[in-house]
Amino acid sequence: MAESIKDKVAIVGMGCSKFGERFDCSISDLLIEAAYEAYSDAKIDPKDIQAVFFGNVRANQIAGNPVADALKLGDIPIMRNSNWCCSGHVALINACMAVASGAYDCVMAIGAEKLKDTGFGGLGIGRGDSAVMENRRTAPGSFGLIATRYFSQYGLTMDEGREMLAKIAVKNHANGYLTPRAHFHKKITVEEVMNAPVIAFPLTLYDCCGNSDGASAAIITRSDIGRSMRPDPIYVKGFGMSMDSVMPHLRPNFNWTSFPALMNSSRMAYEMAGIKNPRAEIDVAEVHDCFSVTEMCIYEDFGFSARGKCKEDIDGGFFERTGKLPVNIDGGLKCFGHPVGASGIRMTYEIYHQLQGTVDNSERQLKNISRGLSNTFGGPPQFSCVFILGNEKG
Amino acid sequence: MDKVGITSIAAYVPYYYVSRRTIGEAWAKKGAKGNRSIINFDEDSVTLAYEAAEDCLQHINREKIDSLYFASTTAPYAEKAHSALVSTALNLRNVFTADFAQCTKASTSALRLALDSCTCGRSKQALLTAADCRNAYPNTSSEQMLGDGAAAVVVGCENIIAVVDAFATTTNEITDIWRNAADTYISVAEERFVTKHGYMTEMVKVVKGIINESGIAIGDIQKFVFTTSNMKDHITLARKLGIEPAKVQDPYLMEVGYTGTAQPLFLLAAAISDAQPGDRILLAAYGNGADAYIFTITDEVKKLDKKMIEKYLVNRNEVKTYARFLSYRELLQADSGQPYNIKSSTAAEWRLQDTYIRLYGSKCKVCGKPIFPVNRVCYNCGSVDKYETFRAADRTVQVFTYTLDNYAGRSDFPLVGNIVADDFEGARYYLTTTDFRREDIQVGANMEFTFRKIHNLAGFVNYYWKLRPLRRVKGGEQ
Repeated sequence: MAESIKDKVAIVGMGCSKFGERFDCSISDLLIEAAYEAYSDAKIDPKDIQAVFFGNVRANQIAGNPVADALKLGDIPIMRNSNWCCSGHVALINACMAVASGAYDCVMAIGAEKLKDTGFGGLGIGRGDSAVMENRRTAPGSFGLIATRYFSQYGLTMDEGREMLAKIAVKNHANGYLTPRAHFHKKITVEEVMNAPVIAFPLTLYDCCGNSDGASAAIITRSDIGRSMRPDPIYVKGFGMSMDSVMPHLRPNFNWTSFPALMNSSRMAYEMAGIKNPRAEIDVAEVHDCFSVTEMCIYEDFGFSARGKCKEDIDGGFFERTGKLPVNIDGGLKCFGHPVGASGIRMTYEIYHQLQGTVDNSERQLKNISRGLSNTFGGPPQFSCVFILGNEKG
Repeated sequence: MDKVGITSIAAYVPYYYVSRRTIGEAWAKKGAKGNRSIINFDEDSVTLAYEAAEDCLQHINREKIDSLYFASTTAPYAEKAHSALVSTALNLRNVFTADFAQCTKASTSALRLALDSCTCGRSKQALLTAADCRNAYPNTSSEQMLGDGAAAVVVGCENIIAVVDAFATTTNEITDIWRNAADTYISVAEERFVTKHGYMTEMVKVVKGIINESGIAIGDIQKFVFTTSNMKDHITLARKLGIEPAKVQDPYLMEVGYTGTAQPLFLLAAAISDAQPGDRILLAAYGNGADAYIFTITDEVKKLDKKMIEKYLVNRNEVKTYARFLSYRELLQADSGQPYNIKSSTAAEWRLQDTYIRLYGSKCKVCGKPIFPVNRVCYNCGSVDKYETFRAADRTVQVFTYTLDNYAGRSDFPLVGNIVADDFEGARYYLTTTDFRREDIQVGANMEFTFRKIHNLAGFVNYYWKLRPLRRVKGGEQ
């Protein structure tokens, strides 16, 4: 069996731009905002960075140039990936592997997305390869399929199912209200969610995350170096990544209430991190709530809730800020919006500060925690990354 | 001479219709009685023709069809064979294809070629499709009287439903109804001139001609099918010929409208499906002259669905605004919505036609699992290139899950249903839906495939398939 990456690398600095409709900022401005905060947090000079792993889906150049243009890093390697919503996590994971391999001592993972230059709301129409087979496939239209099937599978009426999802949105908005860098700061009620305009039935406006601009960055080094740089480096415990076909829709018996990519990526990460019982051992999680129903699905596929039983945990407040396993304590994609390439590192930014005890608003700071998880789940959806961090070795 | 005739026939009425009152009110007047059928925004003459033809082939072995004719005055391309496209959507192979156009009797002209080919033995079974969705100038009577629709017939020498006894034709050079190459709307000359020197002259001449040549007496004919663009010409014609109006086929103008090239075959479908064995039917169709046929109905007529048109009329939906009537016909341009992320190409369209146009899936020869579209590597057992193909288009499916996206579509119809559904063998499909009401879409509901135009990316019409609540197929039959 391959050797685990557990505790070999550490994050020693992170940065995160303000997320929102940044019409006045270019992608360069967003990259600079995130990168210079990360340099400052790690107390390094930009010259210390030996390679950059860049997550971005939509910048015009199909290369790492936006980073080179913005940050003037002296012609070092810049490796870009465009893996849908997971691009930020893939950049993080690639950065960890590069350091663990011994090729570099200090690298940066950075994700950025400038969605508000497209000239339209939404992400455009069509996913995959075929101009006709997915001719009207939108993000809400892809994820709405999960909700309809889950309600049908587990015998929930439309109203019961929609109310369950609404509670997730209400929770995340309550958390995001306490997060300065989030896009949206608005507390909402279950009634408001249920009565909001339907975007893609059965999902309403508040079941869906917004489109935002943003960037986020992480400085990654070997654990021994990290320890010499600061007293509280955050250790990488494990990661997982799983890619299904672009059209799982077409696989017979694909059940739409559970996703192989979610199951596989979490299992890999738990094995690397030595986690046996995620419900008990994970202290805080940032998961992919592009839609409330996505977060619901993740509860079960990640082993936070028993199969078909997440409603009990949702109703019982298990995932709330005061619950046993707070999920999306910074407000999640629901409140940050989803600048695609930036989100994975933005989520990890919250876990990093939670584990250090350095959260920007003490009302959100959890006490006595040691393990945190971040996750993005992207594409149509078929691709998942899981990243587990801890504040102590071992 | 061996007998030749019609071996199957069907008609298609689009899902949407508009009340003539709605059109009239848009021009601050009363509007004529009745409704006219209209295409959905994803339909054109090709997709209409496909619908009628697919219905027409329900009891026919399509492997034995050797010719496909497409007749329309509103074909989407000025240059490109629509017959080739329709034959591919119907999954015909090794067929002779030809397009007939430019005249409302293009369909009955094509019918003569189909019959003659069978008579001389060059063809065994020919499929003829006719479809039209013509446009008339705003605030004209034609705007209200035209209707969109299609019909199809199979012609051959075996298992004949309607034997051809006689044929006659006339040609008349007259500019009565025409459309210039660059025009959107048909032009109509002065009504009295059109009727007197066009329609009435030629129709009388062709009916008298066929009676004289065949020696069949008018009194021995049970039903007269006369094409007509308005509510009265066919009756006037009957009176001139001494035919009781009760023997004239209802031209479906009250519920469908004047369907142009499709009308002769559409009305013939109605007449044949209503006929008894031994009945004689006379068909006369107008367009720069006239064609006439006399048919004798055989016992085979019993296999036809007597409600072949009724089933469409009872299952449709009203467009209640003139604006939507215009935009579905693309006379008002709708905003196409968010831009497409994926590029189209003529090469990809051609390469993938087994998926895009024929709607093929594959069934693994090793483990037996079916999947759509054709997969070279089996998802279940991993076998490579060991599969047989199947055509999904004539199957029905059951909804597994769905979503109704309120913002994904065009500005004139933003609602898009995305449906995941399974067929009886377990193959899985993921398609958008069309011709539906919200309440039709439920987990477990039965749906059928329909061939539609999707968009014009890369500068050509990109066709593909959608799902709709059952219209062609009854009650979820496989």
